[in-house]
Amino acid sequence: MVDIFEVLETNKMIKEENLDVRTVTLGINLMDCCDSDLKRLNRKIYRKVTTVAKNLVQTAKDIEKEYGIPIVNERVSVTPISIVGASACKTEEDFVSIAGTLDEAAKDTGINFIGGYTALVSKGMTHADELLIRSIPKALSSTSCVCASVNTASTKDGINMDVVRMLGNVILETAELTKERDSVGCAKLVVFCNAPDDNPFMAGAFHGVTGPDNVINVGVSGPGVIKAAVSETKGKSFEELCETIKRTAFKVTRMGQLVAREASSRLGAPFGIIDLSLAPTPAVGDSIAEILIEMGLEFPGAPGTTAALAILNDHVKKGGVMASSYVGGLSGAFIPVSEDQGMIDAVLKGALTIEKLEAMTCVCSVGLDMIAVPGNTKAESISGIIADEMAIGMINHKTTAVRIIPVIGKKEGEMAEFGGLLGRAPVMRVNPFKCDDFINRGGRIPAPIHSFKN
Amino acid sequence: MNRNIITLVGKDHIGIIAKVCTYLAENKINILDITQTTVQEFINMMMIVDTELCTKDFSAMADEIIEIGKAMGCTINVQREDIFNMMHKV
Repeated sequence: MVDIFEVLETNKMIKEENLDVRTVTLGINLMDCCDSDLKRLNRKIYRKVTTVAKNLVQTAKDIEKEYGIPIVNERVSVTPISIVGASACKTEEDFVSIAGTLDEAAKDTGINFIGGYTALVSKGMTHADELLIRSIPKALSSTSCVCASVNTASTKDGINMDVVRMLGNVILETAELTKERDSVGCAKLVVFCNAPDDNPFMAGAFHGVTGPDNVINVGVSGPGVIKAAVSETKGKSFEELCETIKRTAFKVTRMGQLVAREASSRLGAPFGIIDLSLAPTPAVGDSIAEILIEMGLEFPGAPGTTAALAILNDHVKKGGVMASSYVGGLSGAFIPVSEDQGMIDAVLKGALTIEKLEAMTCVCSVGLDMIAVPGNTKAESISGIIADEMAIGMINHKTTAVRIIPVIGKKEGEMAEFGGLLGRAPVMRVNPFKCDDFINRGGRIPAPIHSFKN
Repeated sequence: MNRNIITLVGKDHIGIIAKVCTYLAENKINILDITQTTVQEFINMMMIVDTELCTKDFSAMADEIIEIGKAMGCTINVQREDIFNMMHKV
């Protein structure tokens, strides 16, 4: 029988500690839309997305009402467009037209982001992959809901440095084309190493070619709940701290599992995975940085930060794994600078630098996320930052990513305002020393020795 | 059986639970369990109810109960029981 204290605890988590389901993402396979005629392809994509995702938003609203648990975002991920558009698209403009179709379909179904403007090029680029990557600046500046991602590296394939070099320019071009809005286009582009194909979180979501026709993936959140629980362990040992994080993560994930099961049965799409992530928002108390502070740091970035984050990340997974039948995606703690007020404060205090964030990405879920840098940063330096992050992922068998925003017209210390879900970010210092000759070598970095587990 | 949890928090005064119960009876909602604590002048009440015979859909029923709460200066939530079972029972 349900106990009044359990009910009160759950409702306190929801009302006071911002517990929510961050996203219900419907994956849609677009392989059956492939066509050599561009117009027909666009028509088929629009029809498929708007038909399959027709009830997504309403279903999420119904579940939210019945269980009293907020579902913040409803989103769609589609098969990588570089594959779907390969036979129809002969130019960059052709790919941009597909981005337009996806944007229209997203708006008409009421979702706020659609992911899958993606190329998977860790070992090499097809002609279509190259066209898609080159079209990203135009695609992201002419649409508002479309998210792009490029998988440039994997532990099995190594790092495609030709693409890494290209992306430095692609990111700068995207920044330039969206400079009136603080280069917000770059916030919708993620560069991956070891990209998972069941990730429900934007901007890096796409529907993997190994998945079924449709699938429901759910991203849970709840930094505020973990923070409240951690604050009760002040002065106690690591054992107690870790147990507390595990127990709380279990509860948060169970709630996500329930929402995923309900959404999957109501939408008639199989349940894919729960992504056990702590995703912060700009709301006070909904911050990863504040958890690190509760753990005993003055500011994130202080010595001990990487260890604290490692504890948090690992115990969220340990608690969450038992709560769900399938876990996947990016699972862990996100450390975006723009969406987390505590991280923003740490940067403004001078406690947190790109270099420390890079170290933190070795033990957290993703990578350098929503980092604003000066608009005059060189393309080679951006490529260098990407290469570093890709190397961390490749060597450590983990997913890493870079979402970096050179804010055109702004200098170190100024604030970039992206608005809405993407928040605001302080422009951070980039190491001024050059890496041009390294980046311009071209070619591919071979897979590491420990990738040969055959 | 269609089990839901109704929680009510607010300043205590005569007839709060009676008002909620009247609505439930009128809508064929059966009360399975009721727990109540009053700390100083504040009331904290939880009911487990079965809405199987209720002809209204969940959303309409929940909105009406929430309105009754508002009129009495109380906060009422109606939620499916599963969420609490999932979170607190292994």
